[in-house]
Amino acid sequence: MDINEKKRLIKKHSPKSPIVKNMFFAFLIGGLICALGEVIFIIASEFFDEKTSQTIVTLILIFLAAALTGFGIFDKIARVAGAGTLLPVTGFSNAVVSEALDSKSEGFVLGVGAKIFTVAGPVILFGISSGVVYGIIYYLYTLFMG
Amino acid sequence: MESIIYKVLLAFVGGGFLSLLAQILIDKTKLTPARILVFFVSLGVLVYGIGLYDPLYEIFGRGVATPLLGFGANIAKGVKEAVDKEGILGALSGGLTASSAGITLALFLGLIFSFIFKTKQKRM
Repeated sequence: MDINEKKRLIKKHSPKSPIVKNMFFAFLIGGLICALGEVIFIIASEFFDEKTSQTIVTLILIFLAAALTGFGIFDKIARVAGAGTLLPVTGFSNAVVSEALDSKSEGFVLGVGAKIFTVAGPVILFGISSGVVYGIIYYLYTLFMG
Repeated sequence: MESIIYKVLLAFVGGGFLSLLAQILIDKTKLTPARILVFFVSLGVLVYGIGLYDPLYEIFGRGVATPLLGFGANIAKGVKEAVDKEGILGALSGGLTASSAGITLALFLGLIFSFIFKTKQKRM
């Protein structure tokens, strides 16, 4: 058995890298969610303008992810999909709803009411704060350049 | 019909690629899922600010609008439109205005579902 043959056998019998598998499913499922969004968008565009259609896509995907989270199905998909379900707006919805469900036992005000923001809070905080910085820069730009 | 298939395919490729990028960040760095979300929202604001988002949106459509990157870009777009309309105050009002529907629906459903459904295993 020469060295190349050995290498081939080692490669054949070693388990596939989980990183490659994770990447594959993230791409596949993340892509499918966005493709579904595109289909919803194309249908919505028949009746509404672009901005409204975009909002409808976001709202439908948030609703679907929230419902799947409630029934415990989302977690099963997410375990395979990884970033594929996390990165689309479905991940935001899942984070909000699962935190709300998990913190029920701690009461509705300081349990659900507070913990619902565990992930949503940072996302909103850093999102709008980046927006404020951008807004100030853009305002100064229009002031001096526009 | 062909252009519809083309659009859906481009959305698949765009969204898939961004998700793959996020998966690499999770596997290769110590970024937690919550940090990934924060990173991509802020990245979305940046990408919109430097003018890269609109050309990407033209190509990939929902492929870039649906991931959290699009959520961030939407915030930046709202800020820009508000600044154009009402000046510097728009920097404060535009972001939440643009993202209000999605945020409100997610939070509202979270509250309603916490009445209806039983506790689930913690995932994040």
